[in-house]
Amino acid sequence: MNFDTAMFHSAFFEEAADLLEDLEGLLLRLEKSPDDLELLNTIFRCAHSIKGGSATFGFADLAQFTHGLETLLDLMRNGQLKISKTISQLLLESRDQMRALLAVARGEESTAPDSAPLTARIHEQIESVNGTSDISAITEEPVIIEETAITAATKVYRLKFVPGPDILRRGIDPRQMINQIRESGELISIICDTSRLPSIEEIDPESSYLGWEIIFRTEWEEAQILDIFEFIEDESEIVLTIEPADFIPVIIQEVSAAAETIRAETSNSLNLDSAPLSAAKPTPPQPAAATPTSGGKNSDTQTLRVATDKVDKLINLVGELIINQSMLNEVISDFSMAKLPRLIEAVAEMERASRDLQERVMAVRMLPIKYAFGRFPRLVHDLSVACGKKIELKTVGEDTELDKTVIEVVTDPLTHLVRNSIDHALETPEERRAAGKPEMGTITLNAFHEGGNIVIEVSDDGRGLNRERILQKAIDRGLISENDAPPADDILYNYIFHPGFSTAKEVTDLSGRGVGMDIVKRAVQALGGSISLNTVPGKGTRFRIKLPLTMAILEGLSLSVGEEVYILPLTSIVESIRPKLGDVRLVAGQGEIVLMRGEVLPILRLYQVFGSTAQFTDPTKALLVIVENDGRKVALLVDELIGQSQVVIKSLETNYRKVNGIAGATILGDGRVALILDVPGLIHTDRLGGASFAEAA
Amino acid sequence: MSKTALIVDDSSSMRQMVGFTLKGAGFQVIEGVDGQDALTKLKEVPGGKVDIIITDLNMPIMDGLTFIKQARSLPACKFTPILMLTTESGDNRKAEGKAAGATGWIVKPFHPEQMLKVIEKVLPS
Amino acid sequence: MAIDQTDLMNQDNLLSADSNQFLTFTLGDEEYGVDILKVQEIKGYVPNTRIPNAPSDVRGVLNLRGTIVPIVDLRSKFNLGTIEYDQFTAIVVVVVQNRVMGMIVDSVSEVINIPPSDIQPPPDFGGNMNSSMLRGIAKVGDKLIIVLDIDTVLLGDNVGMSFAA
Repeated sequence: MNFDTAMFHSAFFEEAADLLEDLEGLLLRLEKSPDDLELLNTIFRCAHSIKGGSATFGFADLAQFTHGLETLLDLMRNGQLKISKTISQLLLESRDQMRALLAVARGEESTAPDSAPLTARIHEQIESVNGTSDISAITEEPVIIEETAITAATKVYRLKFVPGPDILRRGIDPRQMINQIRESGELISIICDTSRLPSIEEIDPESSYLGWEIIFRTEWEEAQILDIFEFIEDESEIVLTIEPADFIPVIIQEVSAAAETIRAETSNSLNLDSAPLSAAKPTPPQPAAATPTSGGKNSDTQTLRVATDKVDKLINLVGELIINQSMLNEVISDFSMAKLPRLIEAVAEMERASRDLQERVMAVRMLPIKYAFGRFPRLVHDLSVACGKKIELKTVGEDTELDKTVIEVVTDPLTHLVRNSIDHALETPEERRAAGKPEMGTITLNAFHEGGNIVIEVSDDGRGLNRERILQKAIDRGLISENDAPPADDILYNYIFHPGFSTAKEVTDLSGRGVGMDIVKRAVQALGGSISLNTVPGKGTRFRIKLPLTMAILEGLSLSVGEEVYILPLTSIVESIRPKLGDVRLVAGQGEIVLMRGEVLPILRLYQVFGSTAQFTDPTKALLVIVENDGRKVALLVDELIGQSQVVIKSLETNYRKVNGIAGATILGDGRVALILDVPGLIHTDRLGGASFAEAA
Repeated sequence: MSKTALIVDDSSSMRQMVGFTLKGAGFQVIEGVDGQDALTKLKEVPGGKVDIIITDLNMPIMDGLTFIKQARSLPACKFTPILMLTTESGDNRKAEGKAAGATGWIVKPFHPEQMLKVIEKVLPS
Repeated sequence: MAIDQTDLMNQDNLLSADSNQFLTFTLGDEEYGVDILKVQEIKGYVPNTRIPNAPSDVRGVLNLRGTIVPIVDLRSKFNLGTIEYDQFTAIVVVVVQNRVMGMIVDSVSEVINIPPSDIQPPPDFGGNMNSSMLRGIAKVGDKLIIVLDIDTVLLGDNVGMSFAA
């Protein structure tokens, strides 16, 4: 067996990273509710688990550092140390240090900041309570007991062994210990001492009354022998003495008599004299390969943490498949045409179950976006302190699921946007008061599905973009000419996504270093997404990142156009109507519109867009599905609605290419492919729409 | 027949390591993520009996000491060896463990090989 | 279908290292061959889902165990006119430059061995068939087999021009 603990490293890393993630949130909560003991206990456990794991898997730096922190937390949960601003800060910094040390352990970073200054501050706090900062050192790495392969000379021992009366109740079996003695070498004699046995009516069958005197010959050292009794040494009488090497047992008779006594007493399974004594074989020492490698390079295998309910569903489906299979076996084992309907049914069942299984397996990659949002409470906390602003962070739609890879990549652009908001957009409490706003600024992270996309919005209620400064900068950079009429707001504001376009008057510590929004835009585009913004002077700014859900699951409405079935993302649907005759008008040279409660909506005949044949071409017989994207609405003309279902989005581009008006494909219940409509794309193709740019405003 | 071990730890990496080691030594392994969960898992085992229990002490929902006491009070687990995992080598923890009914302990950090030796020590062969 | 998948796979296994193996199929009166190593599987014809505004030879997409596979009608591609799909119509699923695609053919014939030396360079067809789609013409027994360069057939010489956008 391979005992290399390195194979569990990635599990530990994952777990420790999660714990650290949790720890941050917990510490932030602790600031608000310092008297919550349960919270403190949870925090303690986080640190404790990380310490235990890092020590076990051989990450000494992390273990050692966390050990100090754990001691501090222990004092806190025992009420000996009260939480203060200083301690809270210390805990947060310690958590960061742990993360840095973990990154080194994972091989992601080559060095971490020196732990010593933080450790010193931790000790200082501990000292303030204990009067000493003498933290017991922890064992840095698992100690491997070296089994000496060198044959030592055998010795003859005499062991007096009287176990404590309660050991049976702790699941300890004295026979097991005597067996180990026997296996250590050669048993010379064993005498059972029954003198403590009470009278029969006083015997408690769960108490131990016996004692033994054992004489045996072994190569083992004294410590090794005593180690057998490690767990009972306090309550038992254990006396080990060395006899002269030439000790000859005198009373052979008594030995076997004693053995009989034991057998009688223990009545089962003990084979003290069944095997030749020489057959005892000590366990061979483990090869050197068993030594844990500390700080080993992280293996490339990425792991994915999956919610239990997802796994449970998979297991259920596999169960169904197995039942299906036995059904099939049964039907075909003795097949006649009479069984054909059952065969068809069984095959259909199996098809459905396998397809379900496939979809569920795909869904395993989906994670809620809270994994990306999770880092922001801390970021906002730290930065607001650093720039003397009061900021509250709100998150909405944390359970919106998206592909793991997308989450990983989108975190950086989001961070940049949040930093920007804190640094530039939100005002100081004084400025806000002067502007008649609450002192506390708000940053909102909002995620939701919109059509075939995931939209993540970062908004603030700060001062809004400075139109004049952007205009000036654009002129300075030669993007527009001073003589031209100033461009429309949305076009102007989009200049901030140009490379090197930073309007911050002074470069601050947080952002505004000139690497700005263009990086964000590029990162979003690399994911196949887009970014737009909306700003109102004095009221705030909202950035909108739109990402395709390449592998996401979508709640969709299936609809028919002639013979064809399409899926419409549910989130983009406003309503569906069957218009009255007078509601549909033709606007000269522009196209069709429908009047709906005073609103004028362009009509898009799907069969025309897709070049197919519809069942109904008369809008009063067909259906109009009103869809919306970015505040713009279009009425899609379709034959009828079929039903609502969750579909797994599959890419058309993997084997084919991007198709206009189509966001992707999915597989219907009957195994056929259905195409998913791309609502934003369709709205763009709408003839009445004008420049697609306008919607960004 | 292979022996069954119940591992109780809130850390999945520890469960993985302990579980892997035990499986390698021929055990069937049942896992519990805290004391409460472990008690539930115990009740699901046929006969409510496993051959050995290895439990962490610091766990959410139900800690290790409470779990040991509860498990000991089950008739099927009266004499089952229960090992506790502890990071504290101090005597206090051991005494607490003994009082709760723990058979023995394994001090963290430990190497899988050491754990097997301790199991060998307490598990009737 | 003249050849079933199991047969094909067995042969494939036996001859996997040998690139002289070709799968042959018919379109009208002519027999064509494709490198067996490009072939993933052969399916009977099943209706597929039309893709809006696609080139006329792209018949749609098909669900192949969860993969969305575009299907090209080779008759249409080579301007050979259309026929009714029948029980012999087959979809030859190939992998070209990591894309999985299906080709609709009249019927699948067999797997044969054609030594490279037996493949003659393609004559200039003019007109419909771009000769870069051909590896050449091979005479096997009394049959002439048109050996296709399937990558060019499905993806075009110029990636920007054709299928792969």
